[in-house]
Amino acid sequence: MLKLREKLQQTEVWKSIFRHNYQDTNRNRALQIVDNVFLHLHPVRISRHATNIGFTWGMGGITFLLFLVLTITGVILMFYYRPAAEYAYEDMKYLMNDVAFGPLIRNMHRWAAHAMVITVMLHMFRVFLTGSYKPPRQFNWVVGVLLLVLTLLLSFTGYLLPWDQLAIWAVTVGTNMARATPILGHEGPFGAELGMRIDNDIRFVLLGGTQVGPPTLLRFYVGHCIFLPIIASIFMIVHFWRIRKDGGISGPTSNGQE
Amino acid sequence: MHNLWEIVSKPDNIPIVLLLFMVIGYTLWSFKKALKNDNQGFLDESKLSDKIQVWPSLVRVEFLATLFVMVILVFWSFLIDAPLEEPANPTLTPNPSKAPWYFLGLQEMLVYFDPWIAGVVLPTFIIIGLMAIPYIDINEKGNGYYTFKERKFAVLTYCFGFLILWVALIVLGTFWRGPGWYFFFPWEEWDTHRVVALTNVDLSELFGIHTRAADNSLNPMAVIFGVALILGYYALIPLYWMKKKNSDIMKKLGAVKYNIVAFLFLTMMALPIKMVLRIALNIKYILVTPWFNI
Repeated sequence: MLKLREKLQQTEVWKSIFRHNYQDTNRNRALQIVDNVFLHLHPVRISRHATNIGFTWGMGGITFLLFLVLTITGVILMFYYRPAAEYAYEDMKYLMNDVAFGPLIRNMHRWAAHAMVITVMLHMFRVFLTGSYKPPRQFNWVVGVLLLVLTLLLSFTGYLLPWDQLAIWAVTVGTNMARATPILGHEGPFGAELGMRIDNDIRFVLLGGTQVGPPTLLRFYVGHCIFLPIIASIFMIVHFWRIRKDGGISGPTSNGQE
Repeated sequence: MHNLWEIVSKPDNIPIVLLLFMVIGYTLWSFKKALKNDNQGFLDESKLSDKIQVWPSLVRVEFLATLFVMVILVFWSFLIDAPLEEPANPTLTPNPSKAPWYFLGLQEMLVYFDPWIAGVVLPTFIIIGLMAIPYIDINEKGNGYYTFKERKFAVLTYCFGFLILWVALIVLGTFWRGPGWYFFFPWEEWDTHRVVALTNVDLSELFGIHTRAADNSLNPMAVIFGVALILGYYALIPLYWMKKKNSDIMKKLGAVKYNIVAFLFLTMMALPIKMVLRIALNIKYILVTPWFNI
């Protein structure tokens, strides 16, 4: 057996996949990070306090984990869901009653989404309390605020998709605010004076109609499944890359140099 | 008590209970760490500043956190089904109609301000204000460790905004608001036929200035009164500047940053002020104009 393994490890195929052996040396520990495209997000060495869960609460990383869970479960849900008012609710019933593991996938998507809103807020709270937005990380905080807004928008657009009473009325309450936008909403200050009506103001653009209806469902679906995740991914790339460039996570001694 | 259980056990409200415990826990934890750092004269974080290798030290923590979160998530998903109510029906409005829980703070603000302020202007200021924080906080201390002593104003302001004006309002909107968005105790049964007399008056009425004349036209005196009050509120910005402009902190801050900080701070405090005016004195508006009311 051992001999077979040794032989296997000498083959060209094995060597082309695994670039180094697994003896516990500092060099191999470094190569493990550098030679792996996913782990390469990390530096090779960091301060000890950056691994201390009492300092970071792990909330940023958990948020990213939940985003990955949401992406995978979300893609599976898309196989069973049609964003048209005639089908949406029927598809939900089908998913919850007849699809193998359908309820599990949907529940995971729903609860991970709620959890992600919580972890984003707590991550922000931690970053504030440790003063981690201070130089040189000012702009990364701004990116983080945008990611918070995108998380809320993702969650809110997803809320409509089950197309049940809970969904339609929660979204109705939420989008009714847009009527009152100053200048751009037909009930907002100076809106009517500037020619805003219920069928041409900002809320109409958002909903694709004068009330939450089938066009709204399609708009929110496209936003939820394509537009917002892509935008959020782009900002996440910037967010993570900047953490590296600004010298890893903040600490009393690691400001500016990696 | 039956009603409290009804609210708490709603699947979509479980995250709020989770949030509440986590927020309280983390707040106590971080203040404990901050006070410890402040009192002992050295930083706990500095003791841990030696370099270690990411593989295995950090990857192990990430792996364990992943396992932990996935176990909780899968159990949660096995035990509790996501809600699926009756099919959407635009002609049947549920009472109360509540936004998703993370927007309930904003929905609660609708009680105190008109939608253009509560739903559009204040949320915009929240986002802009959050983005502005790194550029208007000129205090170099407290970068990368827990502390309270070195940045009292920043920490207290953020905690007030996050814990009271965001989290507490979400809890209020979930547990204390029933049909008609009326105030109910969480353990109280919801009375869908409750009638509450509309006794709110505009602030000027308290001083004997009627907002409208008998023919429903606006009383110019009331408009002037309202404008004066709001200008007077924001006049605190230059007044405080005149008083403190020679202090070290103001010199360092400079006029532009000071104005932004003061404006955002007063705008944030306008919410609790209006809440007190509404709840204690039944004040509806401070300023009424033909186009908008504040």
